[in-house]
Formats: sequence, C-alpha cells, structure tokens
Amino acid sequence: MGCNSSIQYEDRKSEKGMKAAVLIQNWYRCYKARLELRRLQAMNIFESIEYADEQDQLQLANFFSFMLENYTPNNKETSESLSQLFINTRKRKLDPETFIRNINVPDTYYGPRLKFPLTFSDVILLIDAFKENQILHARYVLQLLQEVKKVLQQLPNIVPVSSTVSKELTVCGDIHGKLDDLFLIFYKNGLPSGNNRYIFNGDFVDRGQNSMEVLMVLFSFLLVYPNDVYLNRGNHEDYLMNMRYGFTKEIMQKYKEHGGKILRSLEDVYTWLPIGTIIDEKILVIHGGISENTDLNILKQIKRNKMKSVLMPPITCSRIDLKHGHHDLPLSSISAIDQLSKIEWDQMVNILWSDPRSKKGCHPNTSRGGGCYFGPDVTNNILTKFALKMIIRSHECKPEGYDVCHDGKIVTVFSASNYYEEGSNRGAYIKLSQDNIPRFFQYQSNHLTQGKTLHERVDIVESAAFKILGERMISQKSSLIKAFQKYDPNNTGKISVSDWAKAAEEVLELSLPWLSLCPRLVKVIENGYVLYKMGFKDMPIVKAPQVAKSGMVETLVRYRSDLKIIFNIIDKDQSGLISMEEFRAMWKLFSSHYNIDIEDAYVDQLANSMDLNKDGSIDFNEFLTAFDVVHRLDRNSIKSQN
Amino acid sequence: MADDKDSGEMGLQEIQKKIKDAFEVFDHESNDTVDVREIGTIIRSLGCCPSEGELHDLIAEVEEEEPTGYIRLEKFLPMMVKVLLERRYRPIPEDLLLQAFEVLDAAKEGFLTKEELMKYMTEEGEPFTQEEMEEMLSAALDPETNTIQYRDYLAMMVIDEN
Repeated sequence: MGCNSSIQYEDRKSEKGMKAAVLIQNWYRCYKARLELRRLQAMNIFESIEYADEQDQLQLANFFSFMLENYTPNNKETSESLSQLFINTRKRKLDPETFIRNINVPDTYYGPRLKFPLTFSDVILLIDAFKENQILHARYVLQLLQEVKKVLQQLPNIVPVSSTVSKELTVCGDIHGKLDDLFLIFYKNGLPSGNNRYIFNGDFVDRGQNSMEVLMVLFSFLLVYPNDVYLNRGNHEDYLMNMRYGFTKEIMQKYKEHGGKILRSLEDVYTWLPIGTIIDEKILVIHGGISENTDLNILKQIKRNKMKSVLMPPITCSRIDLKHGHHDLPLSSISAIDQLSKIEWDQMVNILWSDPRSKKGCHPNTSRGGGCYFGPDVTNNILTKFALKMIIRSHECKPEGYDVCHDGKIVTVFSASNYYEEGSNRGAYIKLSQDNIPRFFQYQSNHLTQGKTLHERVDIVESAAFKILGERMISQKSSLIKAFQKYDPNNTGKISVSDWAKAAEEVLELSLPWLSLCPRLVKVIENGYVLYKMGFKDMPIVKAPQVAKSGMVETLVRYRSDLKIIFNIIDKDQSGLISMEEFRAMWKLFSSHYNIDIEDAYVDQLANSMDLNKDGSIDFNEFLTAFDVVHRLDRNSIKSQN
Repeated sequence: MADDKDSGEMGLQEIQKKIKDAFEVFDHESNDTVDVREIGTIIRSLGCCPSEGELHDLIAEVEEEEPTGYIRLEKFLPMMVKVLLERRYRPIPEDLLLQAFEVLDAAKEGFLTKEELMKYMTEEGEPFTQEEMEEMLSAALDPETNTIQYRDYLAMMVIDEN
C-alpha cells in the first residue's frame, strides 16, 4: 500500500471509465449512422419518384402536341375547346370588376375584410387570420389577384434590384405551400418592409397544405411594398402543374363556389410574374438554372405572359394546315402573335427547370424531363458573357436547405423544410450583405416532431417514402411479375435478391439501391431468396370497381394524374363532366400514344358503369377517384392522392 | 442495417454492391466521390463500429496524397471490402455495453444522473458534440426522475434496431 499504488488504482479506474465512455460513444455513433443512412435513402426515394413524375409531364406535353395533330373532333364545340387551350381566350360573361363586386360577402363571415389599396395593417390582419386557420373569402382573393396583376404587368421580365447599406436583402427559395415555414422566416428575419427587402424565388404553391395562404401573404406584401418585395416565377406557378401537384385541389376544397374563377384568375396572374431578379447587375436570381444558350437579352425582350404552361409548348400552324387542310379549324388561326417562338420557349423552360451538376457541358435533364443539366463550364461562360458574379437559384430540395457548387458561383436556396416528410430536410434563406457575400440561415419547422426521438423521426420519413414506393410498384404489378418470372424459368416462385433487384430497377426505371431495399419491401427467405409473388401483400390496395380488369386497374392508377389533367382541359365549362363520346375519343388517342394495351371494349364497359345518370356523361373526378390508391392503414379514411 | 452473420456468407459481389449503395447515398453529385466528413457515417452504416481514432486511420488510407476533402469510390471500395471480409470493427455486443454503463455507474444504483452521463459523454473518451449529447438524452432520459435507466434504455434500443 502507499501513494504509488493508490495513484495506480486511480489511474486504472479512470482508464476503465474512459474505455467505457469510448465504448458507449462508439456504439451511439454507429447507431446514429445507420439512422442517417436510412433517412437519406428515404430522401433518395422521394427525389427519384418526384423527378420520375416530372418526366411524366414531358410525356404529357408531347401527348398534347400529338393530340392536336391527330384529333379530328366531330363537333365544333370540342375542337373549339382544344384551340382555346392554346389561344386561351376564355371570354368572360361580365367585366371582371363588376363581376367581383357582385360577389356577396355574408355577415356570417368573420375572416378579414380587405380594403384596397392594401395597407400594412391589412396584411397583419391577414396573417393573424391565417394563424387562426381562417380562409380568406373568395371576393377578397379575386380582388387581390386583380390588383397584383396590375402591379406585375408594370414589371420587366428581369427586375433590377440595387442593394443599399440601410436595407437588408433576403432571398428565399421554394416554399410550396408551407405556411409554417414562411411564418418561421418572418419570425427569425422580420416581416418584409421598406428596410427589410425580400426576394421570393418561385414555387410558392403545390404540395403543402396552405398554398393559397402563402400566395395571399406574399401577394399582399407585394401590394404594400411593391419596391421592396420581389416575386419570381417558379415552375409550379403553372396552372397545369397545380392540377397534378395539389394546389388546384386545395382551391376547389376551400372555395367550392368560386374556385373555378380563382383558378382562371391565377392562370393569368402566374404568366405576369417576372422571370427573375438581378442584384447590382451582378447576381442573377432565377428559379431553376441556365443552359449553354441562355441569353439575358432574349429573356429581357420576350412577352413573358405568353407562357401559359410548360405543358403547352408552341405549335407551328403550317404543320396543322398541311396535315388536315382544314382551313376553317380554329387551330389554324393560331399565329406567332399568341405564342412564344421555339427559341423563346426554350429560354424560359431552361430558366425554370434546369439543375446544376458537376459534369461539364449541357445535357437534357432526363430526371425531370424538362430543362437541362448544366456544368461548371456552362456557368463560367454565361457568367462571363453577361458580366455576372453569381447565380442564386432554388428548385432542388437540399438536406441543409442550401447548397453551393460550381466553385461558389451557383447557390441553391430551398425554404420548405420537411419537404418530403417531417424530418426530411432543413429550410434556409440567404441574407446578402453590402459586398454581396451570402450568409445562410437554417431552420426546421418541427412542431409535429417535437419531443420525438431521432429514431422516431427517421421512422416517419422512411415509412412515408416506402408508402409512395409501394404505390409505384402496385401500379406496375403485372410488368414486375413478368420481369421476375424471367429469372424463374422453372416456376419455383422464388428468385434471388439480386435478380429481384435487377428486375425492379429495369421495370420501375428508378435508380435506387434495390438490393438493400429488397428486404424492406418483400419477404426474404433462407439463402437470400425472395417469394416474388407474395411481395405485394403489404402494398396499397386500390378500390377499383368490379368490372375493371387488373391490367386496366394498374394502368389507370399509374396514369391517373395525367388523365386528370387531360379531362380538366376537355371540360371546357369546368362542370366536372365529359361526354361518353369525348371520353372514348380521348382514350383512343391516349392509349395509342402511351402504348397502352387494353382493349377499347373494356374501357367502354368501365365508362358505362361510371355513367351513373345514364345520360351519356361521366363525372370524371368520380371515375378517377375509383383508381386512387388506398393504403391498408388508411382504409378507414379514404384519401385521394396528392 | 447491421447484418452480423451475413457479411461472411455474402458473396464478394454482393458485398461490393452493398458498399456502393451506401456510398451512392452520400455521393450527391453522382460522380463517385463523397465528402470526407461523411466517410464515418458510411462506414458505420455498413455495420462497422470503428472508434474515432480508428476512423481517422481508415480515412488516411483512402485519402488522396494531397487531401482534396473528397474520397473517391475507387479507393474506398477495396479498403471497405477488406474491412468487411476481415470482420473488423465489429459492433459492440449488448452485454459489453451494459458493463460499460455499469462502470460509469460508480454508486451502483442501476441508473446514471443526467449530469453524470453528460460529464462522461462530453468530457471523456472521444467526446460528444452538443448535438450528439442532446440526441442521446432525448431518448435515454427519463423526464420524471431526470435519470438514465440504462438497462431499460439498452433494452429499448435493441428492440428499435430489430
């Protein structure tokens, strides 16, 4: 005994303690890493599917062109509705001002009653009302949209902004209807004002639950501070995109009576949003990106309001005339006056849809089906050509809410936190100081995940991702089974995990880690084999009508978003009904263009069964709802997709 | 997920695919490189549990001669295959973990106070960051007693993982 050994004892004891600590820390870090991988894989799934959906948009756009060339309507009315798609001259029965004034706001309405011209206190009233989950009355919505259009029409395509010492300048990215995030930004960064200027870089709507409220808040601030609030058009400020991605549905649910008018007004207002802003002639702020051909001089000149929707590319009259020789077809009256030229069109689409990548050059953006991938060399060339220092863009969801690439010349800012699901990503905004060096601020609105552990949060993101993956698989069930069977020539009912992965990737065309996803989606038995036919037992079910054959069910599940858009367009008077004849004609074209192998007779049978009134018309919303995917867990609360 | 028994039985091809899949998740530019700061997460997500020190050594093995801040797949893959085949840095078995907690539990009361755990985790060994500490506490801390009932905590974690 003695000092020596007691020191040694202490040493040994603290050494033991240290080893124990390291052990625990090590274990915890491994646990965390596995969760992080799962979270990122879930994000990957969301992204792949989102981009695959956007690719479908391109196919749809092609289909419209195809439709124009091949559709020979029997009645003048239907052909007129088609031409109206492209000329967009919906005649209003009344002068809009009179019409809006005639909308009565009942005494029972306790929401905000706006007076124009709007003042700051009106906006505060609006914000407070929205915090209480109130809905702004349609009359005020329409008035607001009318006023906003007047302001936007005065603006050039690319709005110049000068930074000054006394005024802060903040740039926000995609918001996508997440009112919580917008309020969080205002809370952290202050409300827009003369001294606190904001640029909102597009994609205000779709996906989130409060696209309308986000839009109303942004538009009101624009009216109150027209020189200090800047709104750029995003690819979702597009009435056809809204049909697929949820805003249209939100409007129809919140505004049953006047929803149609609001939609038409929006269609118009969107086209007047500027394409971008340019700060101190050095920093270009646009929603998507650029291409090697991006020319600011062209962009400054074009009539931006001619771009109705990315799904309505310009068509050339001569093509139609030659094909049909129908000189009295309204379509032949489409002229250059009403459309953008192909060059102008491409310029716009690239600005709204492109993404930066590290690979050099400019390549078609195959994930999204529109715009391009541009490399650092393209960035350098364009910045040099137009004497720019940097481009700030949005359009892509980033885990940290922002990203910097191309050697600091491309900055991405994304302001919708938890975009795919609670816990998926942070949101961010940028503050620009006098020397135009961006400072990034992050946040994550997490009132729903407060108090949840890391594990629980990852579980939530992951199950949401697997849910939508499951839907995709169900919509291609027959093709999948066929592909699996190729690897099972003796019909044993099992194939190896790696064969399963190969087949899945081939059919679904989603580049995902199928090998590691396999055990999460299907049952893996001994020796690493999969019972591929059983794999769908936990998958979402579809509540389709009995007469539908399974192949047809799948097809309709898969294409229901596209069909919804098409039907909405044919439905000229927005009644929700189309005639059996129109339905048949549409289906014929659709199935030939999309190479769908279903006998017309089956579709007829199905359509007939949906014609509940037996009056020759189909309520297409009902028709399509029948093909909504219903998850096993959701069975009690039947929700439609989007 | 950690597949203890399988990494020895899996074919070489499948091991490589598994590594590539994990790598790809962090390869944001799809150009076969990842930020060096993510290597630890990638290695751990593959079921290995190197300490921070061991991680440091592994990174040194795969870094470029002139460190660029990025690690290339072609260097990472062979190293990682070896690690998996040799079954290095195996995860810590439950009983050893329990013993570790018991070592820290000087008073042998079956729990640790919040302060005790925090002290060890943020000051000893390979210290936690503030964020790591908060995250661990969010699941481990029993809010009523303000203690970590480590037996229960471990049991819960084991269930979660499986």
